[in-house]
Amino acid sequence: MSTYQEFIQQNEDRDGVRCSWNLWPSSRLEATRLVVPVSCLYTPLKERPDLPPVQYEPVLCSRANCKAVLNPLCQVDFRAKIWACNFCFQRNSFPPSYAGISEVNQPAELMPQFSTIEYIVQRGPPTPLIFLYVVDTCLEEEDLQALKESLQMSLSLLPPNALVGLITFGRMIQIHELSCEGIAKSYVFRGTKELTPKQIQEMLGLMKPATSGQQGKPLAPHDAAAASCIFLQPVQAVDMNLTDLLGELQRDPWPVPQGKRPLRSTGIALSIAIGLLEGTFPNTGARVMLFTGGPPTQGPGMVVGDELKTPIRSWHDIQKDNARHLKKATKYYEALANRAAVNGHSVDIYACALDQTGLLEMKCLSNLTGGHIVMGDSFNTSLFKQTFQRVFSKDYNGEFRMAFGGTLEVKTSRELKISGAIGPCVSLNTKGPCVSDNEMGVGGTCQWKICSLTPATTLAMYFEVVNQHNAPVPQGGRGAVQFVTQYQHSNTQRRIRVTTIARNWADAQSQIQHIESSFDQEASAVLMARLGVFRAESEEGPDVLRWLDRQLIRLFMFHLRRSPFLQVFNNSPDESSYYRHHFVRQDLTQSLIMIQPILYSYSFYGPPEPVLLDSSSILPDRILLMDTFFQLVIYHGETIAQWRKAGYQEMAEYENFKQLLQAPLDDAQEILQTRFPMPRYIDTEHGGSQARFLLSKVNPSQTHNNLYAWGQESGAPILTDDVSLQVFMDHLKKLAVSSAA
Amino acid sequence: MNVNQQPHMASPYGQPQPGYQGYPQPGYGGGHVPSGYPAQYAPYNGPGSAYQQGPPQGMRGPPTSGAPPVSGAQSYSQFGQGETQNGPPPMGAPPQRPPVSQTYTPGAVNLSGPQPPFSQQFGAPPVSMQQMTNQMASMQVGSTAPSPAGPGYAPPSVSQAAMSAPYTPAAPPSFPPTSAAPSQPPPTEAVARPPPQSYYGAPPPAQQPFPNAVPPFSSTGPTQPQAPPPVSPQSFPQAPPVSQPPFSTAQVPPGPTQSYGGPLPPTQPSFSRPLLPTSQPSTFPAGPPPTSTPSQLPGVMQPQPPVSQPSPYHSGPHPTSTGFPPQVGAPPRPPFAGMQGPPMAPQGPPLASQGPPMVQANHVPPTQPGMPPGPISASMSGPPPQPGMQGYPPQQNGAFGQVRGPQPGYTGPYPGQPNYGAPPAAPAPAPPATKRLDPDSVPSPIQVIEDDKANKGSEPFTTGVRGQAPPLVTTKFQVKDQGNASPRYIRCTAYNMPCNSDMAKQSQVPLAAVIKPLAPLPPDETPPYLVDHGESGPIRCNRCKAYMCPYMQFIEGGRRFQCGFCSCVTEVPPHYFQHLDHTGKRVDCYDRPELSMGSYEFMATVDYCKNNKIPQPPAFIFLIDVSYNAVKNGMVGIVCQELKTLLDYLPRENPDVESNIRVGFVTYNKVLHFYNVKASLAQPQMMVVSDVADMFVPLLDGFLVNVSESRVVIESLLDQIPEMFADTRETETVFGPVIQAGLEALKAADCAGKLFVFHSSLPIAEAPGKLKNREDKKLVGTDKEKSLFQPQVSFYNTLAKECVVQGCCVDLFLFPNQYVDVATLGVVPTSTGGSIYKYTYFQASSDQERFLNDLRRDVQKPMGFDAVMRVRTSTGIRATDFFGSFYMSNTTDVELAGLDCDKTVTVEFRHDDKLSEETGALMQCAVLYTSCSGQRRLRIHNMAVNCCSQLADLYRNCETDTVINFFAKYAYRSVLSSPIKNVRDSLVNQCAQILACYRKNCASPSSAGQLILPECMKLLPVYLNCVLKSDVLQPGADISLDDRAYLRQLVSTMDVSESHVFFYPRLLPLQKLDVESISLPVAVRDSEERLSRGGVYLLENGLNIFLWVGVNAQQELLQNIFGTPAFGQIDPNMTSLPALDNPFSKRLREIIESVRAQRSRYMKLMVVKQEDKLELIFKHFLVEDKSNNGGASYVDFLCHMHKEIRQLLS
Repeated sequence: MSTYQEFIQQNEDRDGVRCSWNLWPSSRLEATRLVVPVSCLYTPLKERPDLPPVQYEPVLCSRANCKAVLNPLCQVDFRAKIWACNFCFQRNSFPPSYAGISEVNQPAELMPQFSTIEYIVQRGPPTPLIFLYVVDTCLEEEDLQALKESLQMSLSLLPPNALVGLITFGRMIQIHELSCEGIAKSYVFRGTKELTPKQIQEMLGLMKPATSGQQGKPLAPHDAAAASCIFLQPVQAVDMNLTDLLGELQRDPWPVPQGKRPLRSTGIALSIAIGLLEGTFPNTGARVMLFTGGPPTQGPGMVVGDELKTPIRSWHDIQKDNARHLKKATKYYEALANRAAVNGHSVDIYACALDQTGLLEMKCLSNLTGGHIVMGDSFNTSLFKQTFQRVFSKDYNGEFRMAFGGTLEVKTSRELKISGAIGPCVSLNTKGPCVSDNEMGVGGTCQWKICSLTPATTLAMYFEVVNQHNAPVPQGGRGAVQFVTQYQHSNTQRRIRVTTIARNWADAQSQIQHIESSFDQEASAVLMARLGVFRAESEEGPDVLRWLDRQLIRLFMFHLRRSPFLQVFNNSPDESSYYRHHFVRQDLTQSLIMIQPILYSYSFYGPPEPVLLDSSSILPDRILLMDTFFQLVIYHGETIAQWRKAGYQEMAEYENFKQLLQAPLDDAQEILQTRFPMPRYIDTEHGGSQARFLLSKVNPSQTHNNLYAWGQESGAPILTDDVSLQVFMDHLKKLAVSSAA
Repeated sequence: MNVNQQPHMASPYGQPQPGYQGYPQPGYGGGHVPSGYPAQYAPYNGPGSAYQQGPPQGMRGPPTSGAPPVSGAQSYSQFGQGETQNGPPPMGAPPQRPPVSQTYTPGAVNLSGPQPPFSQQFGAPPVSMQQMTNQMASMQVGSTAPSPAGPGYAPPSVSQAAMSAPYTPAAPPSFPPTSAAPSQPPPTEAVARPPPQSYYGAPPPAQQPFPNAVPPFSSTGPTQPQAPPPVSPQSFPQAPPVSQPPFSTAQVPPGPTQSYGGPLPPTQPSFSRPLLPTSQPSTFPAGPPPTSTPSQLPGVMQPQPPVSQPSPYHSGPHPTSTGFPPQVGAPPRPPFAGMQGPPMAPQGPPLASQGPPMVQANHVPPTQPGMPPGPISASMSGPPPQPGMQGYPPQQNGAFGQVRGPQPGYTGPYPGQPNYGAPPAAPAPAPPATKRLDPDSVPSPIQVIEDDKANKGSEPFTTGVRGQAPPLVTTKFQVKDQGNASPRYIRCTAYNMPCNSDMAKQSQVPLAAVIKPLAPLPPDETPPYLVDHGESGPIRCNRCKAYMCPYMQFIEGGRRFQCGFCSCVTEVPPHYFQHLDHTGKRVDCYDRPELSMGSYEFMATVDYCKNNKIPQPPAFIFLIDVSYNAVKNGMVGIVCQELKTLLDYLPRENPDVESNIRVGFVTYNKVLHFYNVKASLAQPQMMVVSDVADMFVPLLDGFLVNVSESRVVIESLLDQIPEMFADTRETETVFGPVIQAGLEALKAADCAGKLFVFHSSLPIAEAPGKLKNREDKKLVGTDKEKSLFQPQVSFYNTLAKECVVQGCCVDLFLFPNQYVDVATLGVVPTSTGGSIYKYTYFQASSDQERFLNDLRRDVQKPMGFDAVMRVRTSTGIRATDFFGSFYMSNTTDVELAGLDCDKTVTVEFRHDDKLSEETGALMQCAVLYTSCSGQRRLRIHNMAVNCCSQLADLYRNCETDTVINFFAKYAYRSVLSSPIKNVRDSLVNQCAQILACYRKNCASPSSAGQLILPECMKLLPVYLNCVLKSDVLQPGADISLDDRAYLRQLVSTMDVSESHVFFYPRLLPLQKLDVESISLPVAVRDSEERLSRGGVYLLENGLNIFLWVGVNAQQELLQNIFGTPAFGQIDPNMTSLPALDNPFSKRLREIIESVRAQRSRYMKLMVVKQEDKLELIFKHFLVEDKSNNGGASYVDFLCHMHKEIRQLLS
């Protein structure tokens, strides 16, 4: 192990873990002083092509409140066939199947390189994946057509045995029966009436007929599944039917009077979707995929009335407490989200509209259930089309990059307790000896439910060192954390992934330098940013900023402060929700991009190079490629733009210019290929209206205020009153010094 | 007395004649000709037989002879058909009529004038005799051809005369009615009635020998003897033959009754009397049998009298006993009796005469006895005699023993008497004397019907004459609109309204009109003209808003008009101005329907439209229950299959263009399935709405479509519905949401329309309007019984109101296997002008035809939507109450979401001021509706009736059928709020008051013991009894609550002809069916006694048709009908007759079809074999008999009424 950097890299590659500190202070007091808590980013399903899953059950510690999984850190007595749990020190004998165990014949889970291991286990009959499309029909004809095509296309991407269902909504909600021949059947609900889950299930015929006096008793899952078959059918069986059905889908037929929004019953549609699934396939992996083209305008969960003269709430309205539907709608969707989460169903939201669509209110649906949110301007854009396609992308094994019904359990050694997690998860409220009272993020539990996972899904885990100062950890002691993730693989197998990590304890007084050097700046930045976002979701913006400032950090904090995650200025509530949604789930690299966009410069003077995210980087003879995660901006400098306009690239003698133009496009394409959701792709130039995307991100080192001070030749001035990084840093230094007091 | 008598006289004559003609003729004809026929005769009614007997005897001793009677009946029919005799008889009849009519006038005159004569008559029979003779003469003339008839007639006349003296008063009245045909007498009738009374009065005294009868006897006796002997003998024979047999019978009864009274008195009350009469007949026979009835009478009389006199009718009748004596005279009369006889003495004689025949018959064909009576009664008319013969025989046999007499046989003979008797009212004696009234002695509905047919069926009825009662609903007639609405649109209970409320109150005759605004017309009558008054809309009175009509008086040279209703003067708009001619009429009077017609339509302008918007074309929505039961019993498949073709026949105004009506489809069990059948779809789409708690329509476009545009999709849908639900296991249904769904759909489409709901079970699924099973038979007969007719939840009332506002009419087709709570489910249909059809235990194989025919008719029938009806009246009266299927949100506007051509609204009027005889009373019924093409129109019916200051006028111009229609509706509504017992009691009470009032104020003074009925109302007791013993008011144990609720609602929209046949089913004898004739056989009375074991009968009541087969039916007959000669091989489950290639089968099936065609609902045919268990059901419809659930027999009830009346009088 050479450097921390390598160590960190290695750990990340193997376990999907990045810790803020790679040496842990050995007492609570010291840990508190570190400001950045002991914490880590964990990617439960990090792709490990080199890790073949094992086909047996994990061996568990026999202590009832421990149940840790046998791992390489355990001490094993091969002769006695006994192993000691490294968390609770319980001594356990191996199960009979391990009889042949010996020092030369060790099971995989004892080998150090298997600190992360995946088990395939048998848990009841395999249940197929379920995809329930919830489609808004109050769309423009073009949009609807594009959406229909995307949906039809998606059928070919689904696993053939996956169950698929279709709900359409507008003024009314229709659940389409897919099994029928001839007449197309659907169940219709009105969009204004809130129904209890029980009512919904009754109305969908998911209840047992009242035979033995026990009216309204839900069907046994098996029967329910049979009953639900009319709504959820294997793709392979209803492919044609569904394609036709989608093809015949019409815009909502109810007339929309002048000056009104179409009546859109998103709230009830979702409630029915969730009700249907919970009545038929509880605790089975399922995706509700909502495609909506506007805000809910009637019934519970409505975000705005149907009067066009009433605009959708803005941050301004919210701050003035002038958003009358906000709280009610949010509450409504949260309740729905929790119901979905309890049953392990996730909700995706694909919102494509020029105006807001109520993501602010609905975000919890995805945030709590691990669903995706995709926001676009129209379903008729490649942003949506490709992103949607990418939902069904497959990995190196040809399997879907999605997993369902995950449960993440964290076990810690005695000196540590778990404070909480931030990510697309909900608490399972499992108390245990390793649960800290000090909550950070979603805390108070050692188990979280993650209804839907992708290989990129990353949670931030926060720990608390509880070891008292006067009870030092023995020298060489290590703190250990075990992540046990049970989930349903996309091929319907149940799997358990176990990651066990250990870090050395260090005495802060004697080994402060070591601790300092073990600091992972990037991870810490993301972890702190997540905390910031988490707070921003629940607290007033300025407070969060102040808190963040107090926490002081390094460079990136400047950008974080200006990022849409904390700053709502110039963003609609929906956009903010959207950005935050992605921030709390992407892995470290992506998160960093989000915080501090990457700027590449292409010129004749050399190979592409990263440049400072600074207005000084904006030069006439450069092409800039900026990746903010959500946007991909190609910016042609003034001169380049003129050349391009003049058509030099078409001339054979300027082949090199053509190549220069092409280079950022190729790079951008590469990013577009892999990113989920697909970023907004912007190709602009100096003076172009869309150049604003770049200008708003760069450090305003040159503004109209200090234009002359910095000279005209380098960079482009930004018209903003924001302070530049320089000013920020100066101020920060001053504060750092003065705050010592 | 005098007066009465006179009238009687007149009437009797007239009446008798008609009666004779009609009845007798047939009978006679038969009888005479076919001596061989006797057997046939026998079947016929006693009455007939009586006559026949007479005739036979007189005519042909042989035929008459025992055997003849029986065969006689049959032969009659045959004869009637084939034989010359028949020919003659008819001839006779016509002639008679004329005479009658003449007599009428005379009668009328007589009424006033006659009376004196009567008195005279009384004093001196001769006088009456003269009259009689006159009549007789006329009669005879008519009948003359048949020499026999002549004699017969003669006798009648004589008898009448005689009768008149004694009985006349009472008898005549009743007779006339009975004799219906004799109608001529009618006038007389009115008059006559009194006479009968007098009769009775007289008789009683005379009769003493026979208690009551004696008195009469004496009176009659004298007359009779005189007249009878001479005339009667001859007349009898003839008379009977002619037509009157029935009459005679009818008439006879009185006589007998009276006489009986004498004899019977001992035992029974009035009721019993009737029987006695019967016996009398028999007795008569005994005596008379020998030869001429007349002569017989005397002899017979005595013997018989004892037996039957009881005829409750008239205690008077007992007098019959006098009658006996009279009978002698009577016999002859009877013949006339039909005409005259009825009045009084004649009757007696007739009876006697009959009696004799009977006797003979009895003697001869002892076996037939029982039967004969029955047949007789049925055939009353001609045939009766023969039947009577038979009947008599048996009865007589029994009767002979007097005892028997009373029974069927007796009844048979008596029937005739009854008429007489009834009118005359049997003297008190009768009651005491009789144990039972002879059924034949009581007024016979059949006779009345036949008389009316004979008298009024040939001439067109012109509506121009105010205060003229139209022909009965059973009569076929043509109407000429001359300023008043056709009786097909409006029938009134009284065509002479009392001038003031005191009179009205005193008489207790309900003042009501039965209005059928969109009634269909026969092809030979012109539908109402459509009048367009241009953009300003129809011209109306400024104050009362009455529409322009013939009652508007133009004044000031035509510049203004004065409203006939409120007298307000209104300017004539310039565009409508027209000069007046010298009579003050507008010159264009006859160019404008609204100035010259009773019924016409206006084009409504936009002001008459809802929301001032031209209405959208209406829509039909079919809502089909697809729960397990509905699928299993085949309903779903049948409906879907049928709709495919039926949709081509949606109502349209112009047969050349497509209907504008749009259609939509919904199926449901406990959830609803809407269907999108937009033309552009390749396949229909089903949309399930399971949120039934809060109904809504899930789609807008594509639900209501034009049939031709969406034909392919609709057919595909209808093909698939049965398949889709073939395996359903859902048993629960909803109902409220179903109607809500239809309503919402119509709302969404902003149009009126009609929902066709096909429903199978009690809606117990969780939803608004959910019902629970509350069938609790223990409540029947308690004060809580009314709750069974009330809806169990108020939900449907509210819903109905909403439906009416939208113009959403609901027709409900029920296919229940068990209780479905019709009382509740029916709320919406009955409040929206809809209909309910109920097919209990529906089975595709046997009920499909009925259902499909009903459905076809229901879908195709012309109707208006979103209608409002308003009845305006001239000052002095006011429409106060309305009965029918509609909703009223205020006291004047009848709101009908839908109004089809079968819907009838009964309106009751009350005085709020005095009326004047000059102006009469006017009413204008205006119905604003949307036609099936979406046009807004106003249909106007005008009606003017006379006003009278004399009660007699009131009683002379009323219509019993309409009164019964009103009473039934009134009573059926009352059961919602009062215990049924109270309802029944008040009905009886009101009728008693009506009759008592007549007796007190219009009838000639007579013994209190006489039952005297107004001619026009002599059937009131029998019909009322039918109402009282109907399933709603007196349920048997086997009738379900649903059926009662169903019938209750059904009756509420019936017009007069429907309610008539519903309460008094039509019973047609088939065994002597004339396969060549295009007319239906003459019906027989609804009594088991009239059924011959060897016969086959068709019974229909507007809801069912039964084919009753006697155990002894001839093999040939069975072979012709069923294709099998064996009684035992007839399949009792068949619902249609095999199509056999023989004239009889063809004719029979034609008859069944034609009968069905007359009714708004298809009647399923049930074959009932005598002595089969199904016969119980059948017997339920023999409404003159005592019913097994406690309903009184006609005769018993009549006695009861008589008692009530007497109580009121004393």
